[in-house]
Amino acid sequence: MGKPQKKKSVADRVRKVKASTEIKNNPFEVKINRKKFDVLGQKTKHDVGLPGVSRSKAIKKRKETLLKEYKLKDKSNKFVDRRIGEYDSQMDPEDKILKRFALERQRTQGKRSIYNLNEDEELTHFGQSLADIEKLNDVVDSDSDSEERGLLSAELTASHFGGGGGLLRKKAPGESGDEGSQKPKSRQELIEELILKSKQEKRERQTQKEESQELTEKLDQDWKSIQVGRKAEGRRQEDPDEYDMTVRELAFEMKAQPSERMKTQEELAREERDRLQKLEADRQRRMQGDTEEDSTTKQTYLSADDLNDGFLLNKDDQRMLSYHDGKWNLEDEVEKEEEDAEGDDEGDDKEEEDDDGDDNSGEEAEEEEDIDGESGHSDLESDKDSEQEGGDEEGPAGEEAPTKPCSSLSEEEKLALQEAARAELPYTFVAPESYSELKSLLHGHTTEEQCLIVDRIQKCNHPSLGMGNKLKLQKLFDFLLEYVGELATRCPPELSTVNKLVQLYALCQLFPNAACKAMQTLLSDSAHDMAETLEVKGRTALPGLDMLIYLKITALLFPTSDFRHPVTTPAMVYISQLLTKSHVSSLEEVTSGLALCCLTVEYVTLSQRFVPELINFLLVFHPIFQYLKGFMRVFGLVCPFTMQKQRWSVINVGHCVTLMDSFLFLRLSSLTTCLDLVKRCTLLYKSLPSFSHIFQSIRILLAKHLPIEGHPRFIQVTDYPYFLFRRKKIIPPLVFSKRKPIPLKLFTPKIVEVLDYGKKRGSSKQERERERLKHKYKREFKGALREIRKDTKFLATEKLTEVMERDAERKRKVKELFGSLATQEGEWKALKRRKK
Amino acid sequence: MAPSKRRNVSAAKPEEPQKSLSRKEMDEKVERILHERRCANEVFDLLELLQAEKERDVLSAVSACSHLFSSLLQRGELRLGHLPKEEDMLAGSYSAEEKYAMFMRHRYNSYVELLVELLEHEAFVVKESSLCALMNFVSTEAQRPLQAVDWDGHCCFPRDLLKAVVRGLLSEKEDTALLISRFQEFLEKDDVRYYTMGAVSDSVGRVMAQAHGVVLPVYQNNVFTLMSNINMPKKEEELRNFLLDRDANREDWKAAKLKEHKRTFERMWLAFLKHKLPSGLYKKVLVVLHDAILPHMSQPTLMIDFLTAAYDIGGAISLLALNGLFVLIHQHNLDYPDFYKKLYNLLDPSVFHVKYRARFFHLANLFLSSSHLPVYLVAAFAKRLSRLALTAPPAALIMILPFICNLIRRHPACRVLIHRPDVTDEPRDDPFLMEEKDPALCHAMESSLWELQTLQKHYHPDVVRVATVINKPLGEQENELSELLELSGYELFERNLQQELKDTVALEFEPVTQLLQGSGGLLDQHFSLE
Repeated sequence: MGKPQKKKSVADRVRKVKASTEIKNNPFEVKINRKKFDVLGQKTKHDVGLPGVSRSKAIKKRKETLLKEYKLKDKSNKFVDRRIGEYDSQMDPEDKILKRFALERQRTQGKRSIYNLNEDEELTHFGQSLADIEKLNDVVDSDSDSEERGLLSAELTASHFGGGGGLLRKKAPGESGDEGSQKPKSRQELIEELILKSKQEKRERQTQKEESQELTEKLDQDWKSIQVGRKAEGRRQEDPDEYDMTVRELAFEMKAQPSERMKTQEELAREERDRLQKLEADRQRRMQGDTEEDSTTKQTYLSADDLNDGFLLNKDDQRMLSYHDGKWNLEDEVEKEEEDAEGDDEGDDKEEEDDDGDDNSGEEAEEEEDIDGESGHSDLESDKDSEQEGGDEEGPAGEEAPTKPCSSLSEEEKLALQEAARAELPYTFVAPESYSELKSLLHGHTTEEQCLIVDRIQKCNHPSLGMGNKLKLQKLFDFLLEYVGELATRCPPELSTVNKLVQLYALCQLFPNAACKAMQTLLSDSAHDMAETLEVKGRTALPGLDMLIYLKITALLFPTSDFRHPVTTPAMVYISQLLTKSHVSSLEEVTSGLALCCLTVEYVTLSQRFVPELINFLLVFHPIFQYLKGFMRVFGLVCPFTMQKQRWSVINVGHCVTLMDSFLFLRLSSLTTCLDLVKRCTLLYKSLPSFSHIFQSIRILLAKHLPIEGHPRFIQVTDYPYFLFRRKKIIPPLVFSKRKPIPLKLFTPKIVEVLDYGKKRGSSKQERERERLKHKYKREFKGALREIRKDTKFLATEKLTEVMERDAERKRKVKELFGSLATQEGEWKALKRRKK
Repeated sequence: MAPSKRRNVSAAKPEEPQKSLSRKEMDEKVERILHERRCANEVFDLLELLQAEKERDVLSAVSACSHLFSSLLQRGELRLGHLPKEEDMLAGSYSAEEKYAMFMRHRYNSYVELLVELLEHEAFVVKESSLCALMNFVSTEAQRPLQAVDWDGHCCFPRDLLKAVVRGLLSEKEDTALLISRFQEFLEKDDVRYYTMGAVSDSVGRVMAQAHGVVLPVYQNNVFTLMSNINMPKKEEELRNFLLDRDANREDWKAAKLKEHKRTFERMWLAFLKHKLPSGLYKKVLVVLHDAILPHMSQPTLMIDFLTAAYDIGGAISLLALNGLFVLIHQHNLDYPDFYKKLYNLLDPSVFHVKYRARFFHLANLFLSSSHLPVYLVAAFAKRLSRLALTAPPAALIMILPFICNLIRRHPACRVLIHRPDVTDEPRDDPFLMEEKDPALCHAMESSLWELQTLQKHYHPDVVRVATVINKPLGEQENELSELLELSGYELFERNLQQELKDTVALEFEPVTQLLQGSGGLLDQHFSLE
């Protein structure tokens, strides 16, 4: 049965190959799909179609699937063909037969084995066959291999029990050649041969085993001798030499991560310059206010990795590979970072929190009584650290090269003194919950100690250390601001303490929005008070020292040059209100007004913005002048006012009014300040087109008063910018800024160049995808419809042929019957005729 | 009567502490006087009490007397018509009944006199109660006139009494604003109002004649307070609320005619404004002039002299006079020759700082909204305003810059002020003459608004925003000024604070090492902050 099938399939294959080429060349079989455009380089699969071939393929497929289903329709049981290899064309028919035969034999044998207790049973122990265990058991002098094993090979059993048939069959492929020529052997001969063969095999196995045994023993002996030698060697190499140590160290050492090349001095400088340039450009942009709306890029100078958790990634934070004396100095770096942290107070103290694990060189760790012993190196380092601490009161000047050895005795003494002085301060502080708490914490300490306390509070409550710390520090900012106000209102004001409270800046950098809110509240409270006094009195007093300090701090914390800023813009409006609405009658008010003017100039120096109120206020110098005139005559050239003592104190105003000398001094100094402000304003606003009109009244007054003989030189007008007195200023007339002309409306169609043909444009990705899916669905639907139609057609033809066949059969049978009847009748008639 | 009174008073004084009567006793006394004529002399006790030291006593005496005399008035037991002198009364041959009526009438008169005196008492409660008592008598007398009915009808109103009240109200020594506000409720009555107006003009005429041109600030202030409390009716039909209901002769009763009211009102104000006023009062008058006075005058044009005089004074008073002038020009065909020239000269730097800024610019906007103004005038205004803007506070700038832009929009010929492309000669200095009084000669048309260009560098972002408008051709739509007019500096500040925080706040990037020193700031250079 197998053979004809195979032959057919081979023939079929041959014919198919032949047919396909024939078909492809046959113009009647080929249908050419015409293309509209020839596209260069485009490969198309479907330029020719073979309708006949595809139809026959489809029909064949249907016959295999649909037809079978049709045939099996309404049939509940079916035959399953389990013959081995019946549908496997790959298998040789001989193999097929052999397997079938073996299966049959097994089946018959299985039946018999019920009564055969000894056979075919594998004995096991713990799930492993005993035979295997015996095999693994390496007992040399076991005799068991001479015995027959419990397990019989199929071959052997077959030869023993199944007669020679199977054996013969099996050998047939191998020995068919010579066996075919020889005559078949008798049974006796066969058995003898078998015995001989098995004995030979046994012998061979034995020799093999002996050989392997011998080899093993030899190997053992060899190993023992080698082992002795190795042991001796090991004892000899007890103390490792330098080289080995290095090798091993290198082997086990943690591999250094590939890092960036160490940066040179110039590169660092350039980076710093670039950073500053970027910040400056950003500031300029904000100053212009062009992109007032898109403030999304406002914080470009923050790192992209910034999680807004207060963790500022400083430029120096990243550890860079550096070498010192040919040694990779990790510790030095840490130290350096620390010094940075202390040096410029940029709030990057998280470094200390980060690396408090292995190297306890962080400031706090050092302060908090190092428990585990440190190496000499870190001792040295901590010395330097504490020296650094001592130095940080003097500002960043205390920074010095980290690797310089400090061996000066006097410095150590100083260090000891400082340590003793600071011994009273605790090292950790709880963040104050209220302002009075902060006050009680700071009360009674010197300026340095207060700064240290605030610093420690800030460090102990760093946001990365706990959940609520963020809020605590935000509160701390508020309290500090309040404290600054209180310090300024004390008598005498403790401005030096205020000066040192740079933590405000650090906290502001950490929480910009909270700081902004706090400042806004301060400003709005003050402005509210001012508005109320304005309502009642119609004018207001100039602010106290605290407000001046607040305004000054505002300018330090927030950029004053921004076009619109949530803090500085209201602050400017507030200042302008003060300058316009305040009532200046006494010299003290003049003083604080001038201080306010100085602040205003500081606010607008960078942006060069015009402040009319400032110019109006500066006219105040006129009354001072009027007053001074008399004194000038009296004192003549002798004047208590010298350039050295030019800086004068706001706070002392109240105290020295009584003294005639200082009174005059005050007037003179306020006059100088005023004139200096005028000078600065002229420089600031000289580019404005209405410069001469802005300064007209000032110019007139100056011209009237100033060139008086005998005035100290610095109040004279000689060094005033020349353009202040140049009357005419040449300015071009105003024109609208140029803009693009609006094009005429035209009625010609708009022609758009299309670059990608065949693609839908003007829709989003989703829409395109949706379109594509719709199209695909339509195509699939059509295809499915077509297939179903074809299926029904096929089935209909099948049914028709069935019916036709049935009819034909019936016709044939009827014919047959008729024929036989006819012959019968014919015979009968002939018989009747013959009878007659 | 005077001597007896004096005697009574002098006799009463030493024993006054004991004589303070309880209210109950006083009521009993009043009842006795009312019912038994022989107790009539006890009325002296009551009158004495009116001059007592204690407020409480005075108050109770006032109320008791008030009760007593109003009952007597109701009963008609007071002498009507002509009243002979007390001495004549005793001498004359009158019946006892008549004598009693005369006696009581005399007591009543002295009581009223005392009440008028009490209007100057130091305690407000006393003043108030005596005022109420007086006005009570006014209404009672109006019902039952003490004078014989005159032929012209209006005599039946107790004008003399009211005049006395007004005289008491218009004190020359102290501010009676509170009392006047109490009096205001009586002014609801139309006839009271009418006769009060008459009384006021009488009083003003009398007092100011005595003053001989000297300003009397307290008195004039009181007069003004009283006059400004007078609410005039708008229509004839509103005149219904009379104290005196006498329908019979209402036709020829002057108090019932709106025209007469207006005339009296006008006469009163003119009498008041005729005299020199303190400058504070000037402003007050001008503030209310346009909507409280002018509409109720029969001939508003009579105010022209006053207004033009005020307009010529200059400063804030001129600004305020504008409003009245506007009404006159707008509704009463006033032809004011150099109005715009004067308006132009009103513009000085203080205009942005005064309290009436909003009102002034509202009016200026109205005056300059006419499309028939000559171009040179509008240009002069625009240029002058922008020059003045160089000294203005930001809140004013936010208002004035759109104002200027509106001017240019209304008069397209002024566009050269912000756009002069075809200039051939080289750039030169500003030809505009700020000191020139005449807008026609100030060369504004040859100038440009460089001031607005300057203000584009202003520190306040909103000012910059409105100043940069002139860089492009102005749109058709005029800016709405009404909500900008009232903007104050504090409101601007609040507005800036309330702007939402969009993102994180920008921070100063330069690290700080010291808060006050060493930053190289200007403050640091001139002041030692240590």
